[in-house]
Amino acid sequence: MWTINKMFSIIGSHNFVIFFTTSGPHVEACFFYLFTTVMLVAAIGAVALRSPIYSLLSLLVSMFAVAALFVLLHAFFVAALQVLLYAGAILVLFLFVIMLLNLNQQELSRTRQHTLLVLGVGAGLVLLSVLVPILRLTAAAPAPDTPGTITAIGRLLFTQYLLPFEVTSLLLLAAIVGAVVLAKRRIDT
Amino acid sequence: MINLHHYLVASAALFVIGFVGMVTRRNAILLLLSIEILFNAANLALVAASRYLGNLNGQILVFFSMTVAAAEVSVGLAIAILLVRHLKTLNADEVRLLKW
Repeated sequence: MWTINKMFSIIGSHNFVIFFTTSGPHVEACFFYLFTTVMLVAAIGAVALRSPIYSLLSLLVSMFAVAALFVLLHAFFVAALQVLLYAGAILVLFLFVIMLLNLNQQELSRTRQHTLLVLGVGAGLVLLSVLVPILRLTAAAPAPDTPGTITAIGRLLFTQYLLPFEVTSLLLLAAIVGAVVLAKRRIDT
Repeated sequence: MINLHHYLVASAALFVIGFVGMVTRRNAILLLLSIEILFNAANLALVAASRYLGNLNGQILVFFSMTVAAAEVSVGLAIAILLVRHLKTLNADEVRLLKW
């Protein structure tokens, strides 16, 4: 009974995650490589799969892997936002639109062109070969752990970043109005 | 030991995948989806930098970036619906209204 209580108290707090990610460099590395592999493979699937529904579901897996990497980085609030906002809102919006448009098979079959594919992948490889040597030079000094809990993020958001936070509401209002005005059916035409 | 550059290289790889998707796919909805991958790559780099530099400002920036992504997607998908309704296509190559 005591162990069960203890277990629940560990799971209930974010100490659970910190316990896992600080219990040794090997454990952290294992989780990092696992989630990174899932993220990259699922992203490749999202880009390469032919059916939009399949790419969307593959992107969903990739988003969850990114959220797991956020947890690994002790950014708990951002991880929750990632799951709620991306997986819960944005991808469902995509799903609605894809099902609403109901594209036929002939439309889907001409989405890929051979020369474009070769050129695109070539440009991507060039970009990667430029980025990776530069990024490998970054060496950050180990910083003290500042977990991104809701308390910490909220305190920062409502003091130092209060004005940008309020301006965000204006942006969202403009987006709502724009989406409704664009997508509604004209009555008179 | 996982260091900052591990996360940055993973983020760069994700960014390149999204970039290749942007360049190769011609479906307007898939273009928006590739933009989401690009946003995620940037968010990952920001959160990793925030963790290893020891301040939370990067995570605040990710919050704003997610808001902008949500606004962009809602308007972009509305435009995609308009494309299908008026031009009967989602192929970005066939949308040439602004060419000249």
